[in-house]
Amino acid sequence: MSNVTDKPQPTAFARAWDSDIAYSFRKSPLAVVAATVSLLIILAAVFAPWIAPHDPFNPATLNLMDGFTPPMEPNQFTGNTYWLGTDNQGRDVFSTILYGARISLFVGFMAVLLAMVLGITLGLIAGYRGGWIDSLLMRVADVQLTFPSILLALLIFGVARGFIPPAYRDAMAIWVLIVAIGLSDWVQYARVVRGATMVEKNKEYVQAARVIGAHPAKILLRHILPNVMGPVLVIATIGLALAIIAEATLSFLGVGVPPTQPSLGTLIRIGQGFLFSGEWWILLFPSITLLALALSVNLLGDWLRDALNPRLR
Amino acid sequence: MAEPLLSVRDLVVEFPTRRGTLRALDKVSFDIAEGEVLGMVGESGAGKSLTGAAIIGLLEPPGRVAGGEIWLRGQRIDNLPREAMRRIRGRRIGMVFQDPLTSLNPLYTVAQQLIETIRTHMDVSDKEARARAVALLDRVGIPAAARRIDDYPHHFSGGMRQRVVIALALAAEPELVIADEPTTALDVSVQAQIIDVLKEICAERGASVMLITHDMGVIAETADRVAVLYAGRLAEIGPVRDVIQAAEHPYTVGLMGSIPTLTQAAERLTQIPGAMPRLNAIPQGCAFNPRCTRVMDRCRRDRPELIARSGARHVACWLYDSAKETANV
Amino acid sequence: MSDVLLTVSGLTRRFDVSKPLLNRVIEREQKQFLTATADVNFEIRRGETFALVGESGSGKSTIAKMIVGLLEPSAGEIRFDGKVMDFASGAAMRQLRRRFQMIFQDPFASLNPRWRVGDIIAEPIRTFGLLRGAAISNEVGRLLELVGLSRADIEKFPHEFSGGQRQRIAIARALSSKPEFIVCDEPTSALDVSVQAQILNLMRDLQDEFGLTYLLISHDLSVVRHMSNRIGVLYLGRLVEVAEAKRLFLEPQHPYTRMLLDAVPDLALSGRRRTPVTGEIPNPINPPSGCTFHPRCQHVMARCRSDIPVSTATATGEAACHLLVPEPIREPQNS
Repeated sequence: MSNVTDKPQPTAFARAWDSDIAYSFRKSPLAVVAATVSLLIILAAVFAPWIAPHDPFNPATLNLMDGFTPPMEPNQFTGNTYWLGTDNQGRDVFSTILYGARISLFVGFMAVLLAMVLGITLGLIAGYRGGWIDSLLMRVADVQLTFPSILLALLIFGVARGFIPPAYRDAMAIWVLIVAIGLSDWVQYARVVRGATMVEKNKEYVQAARVIGAHPAKILLRHILPNVMGPVLVIATIGLALAIIAEATLSFLGVGVPPTQPSLGTLIRIGQGFLFSGEWWILLFPSITLLALALSVNLLGDWLRDALNPRLR
Repeated sequence: MAEPLLSVRDLVVEFPTRRGTLRALDKVSFDIAEGEVLGMVGESGAGKSLTGAAIIGLLEPPGRVAGGEIWLRGQRIDNLPREAMRRIRGRRIGMVFQDPLTSLNPLYTVAQQLIETIRTHMDVSDKEARARAVALLDRVGIPAAARRIDDYPHHFSGGMRQRVVIALALAAEPELVIADEPTTALDVSVQAQIIDVLKEICAERGASVMLITHDMGVIAETADRVAVLYAGRLAEIGPVRDVIQAAEHPYTVGLMGSIPTLTQAAERLTQIPGAMPRLNAIPQGCAFNPRCTRVMDRCRRDRPELIARSGARHVACWLYDSAKETANV
Repeated sequence: MSDVLLTVSGLTRRFDVSKPLLNRVIEREQKQFLTATADVNFEIRRGETFALVGESGSGKSTIAKMIVGLLEPSAGEIRFDGKVMDFASGAAMRQLRRRFQMIFQDPFASLNPRWRVGDIIAEPIRTFGLLRGAAISNEVGRLLELVGLSRADIEKFPHEFSGGQRQRIAIARALSSKPEFIVCDEPTSALDVSVQAQILNLMRDLQDEFGLTYLLISHDLSVVRHMSNRIGVLYLGRLVEVAEAKRLFLEPQHPYTRMLLDAVPDLALSGRRRTPVTGEIPNPINPPSGCTFHPRCQHVMARCRSDIPVSTATATGEAACHLLVPEPIREPQNS
């Protein structure tokens, strides 16, 4: 008795296009706009060396005479025109934004990855094992939550700088930043994964694996992990926006990446010095980029949360 | 013949989805007479709970009544404004759901909920409402009702809670009680008690009952007539004894054969091959035709209407059409 | 090779249901335990279907979980084919584990929604290293056909199947390690009756074909009657009666068994007058003293309130009821 029809399987793409999540995406204009903006910025950042009209880090191509050129106006000395103007050293603002977004996104993605790996691992263990391991990990998480994460990142950053010899500080700064943001962010991943794991581990498919004596690591990674990834993706998306802002904040405060590799935050810090002398574009355009990036990634996260939550549909 | 208490005519319930509109109930018609217990059986997804929800106007959006009429004692109720429907619910139609916890508010005592229901629908004093509430609880078999009435729902066991729900459903002396799987969440030994209470108290008060359940045993013990739903359509409706002991629709025949019984131990149970179609894949003609052992050409083409049979029975099957087409039997 | 495949003796499981330590200290409360099963003894013979029936709180699922190693017994012993099951010893258990399997109640929860059907069914094969490479997918295809599905279903995901089809997949997974013994925990209670009939018939066919031994856990007496050779009736964690299936329904010995039979709705419409069932199952944290059934029993006697009845042989099997022991003899157990 074969009542399952043997109709041909649609291609993977057709299946994905037809899935509920893809449908919900197509039906949400906000999500489509947010995704387009995020994708444009991310692509522009990744391909910055090919897109940017100038290399802002190559002193050979810089001309100090180009400094303070307003957007879309020819420079009074050189006659060069820049879309978004230039900064005090004559660097093309458009190019610095592309390179800056590259650094910001790199830090953001890496920090989220670190927080995710750490949070998922600890959350899975705490949720599956329970008992004292669970209590210990969750108390640590509670304590960490009482600190604002930016303060914690500042603290980790400060401590790390103390250990690193001055010669390596600039080279290591970006990695220190990633670790600082990542470590201050793992708690929410761990909590969500722990909760979801406690639900999943009691489901019968996990029991079925336990009956045949499957190794706990295998149960965690192959059975439970794929089923707890939904909420993790939501947090990770919103977390990316938060990490980018955290990086910008730290860089703005001057403890982030060195000025030789300016991120969006660094650009904003540099720009704000010129705001009152009339060179508004140096501050405005990096700020708009940061805003657009953080906002669109955040909106995308909001949409994803709603789309993955069956109760809100 | 007296006018029926409830009359459902060609009821259609639809769920618009992005892949087209799903028809969850397709032209369902039946009556419930004064004081009658009508059993509504069917497998999950057949539409039995939807029928109840449509009658009391509590379909979950995006589900909607897309056709047909519902009449309660000569008054059409399917197109009433929300507020008017709210007054009918509770006052004229009482409800008992599967999970007692969803019908009781955990934040209020049983007394508060009963008295509020009584006073909303009837013009009585607070004191009198309380006296009525105690009497009602006593009637549904709650020991020491006068004392326990001030307890919260979580103080009661599952069976006792379902008794409270029955009391609540009957508080405003409704004409019709819709009981949706009232015993499914309960233990076997408690199920029988609850069914007895429901049956007795409704008979006492002359309330009709629409009993929705997947359990043929409960129907056999309780209902006067039974309606069998399949894929959102009525397959067979008739007196309970006729339908259970001499089912006519091939689906009902298969369904009855597939129930294991305590008395006879068959080596194998009769089984209906396949499964009920999903709502988006209901075949043309009779919805049961791909699983039917007595399928004819006509079944694949035309949908059978309910055909009157002996007694008060109606069957939606071409086998019983008097103008039988010469088919390849 | 002995006739008995599984022996359960003195099986007891207590759950700690105390409040957290801090609350206990503040509220000056003792630790609280729930005894889910107490001193349960039974044997399952090779090739038979042994059923455990009981209502909620009877401990039937707890027993099933202890037998397959999902729960550790607080006391007592389980012997499988003469060998004591010790789930702590990995290597020795590996050999035993292959020989038993479990089928679960909810086919929507028992299949990992992210796995393809082929991987789900092959999991026991891979875990026990029974086959390799292409032989695995061949075997999975054969199993799918065996349970009435098609080879092409290997590539599909569980959500593409109905409840009954999923239960078929779960059965194929259970069969994939070629077990001798399958614990079926309410295998059809989540299914509609017409689908239930398909699954019960399939389980019977497979039993005949492979000589399987079943432990069937169910609350549904008709299903149990239909499927099993012998039946054990549980009440509040204790086995109150064990009997041949045919005779249990004709000559119930324990008052609880009688009550349970009376509570089953009568589909035959024979008009049989039923004794009204009274009372509900007590809270298992504070069970009644003596025989736990005594508050609901029509034949309650003084000693039912004080002494826990010992299982004694009856005409149909054995039962634990003071009614069956004429005089109040007080002597040590295990006589």
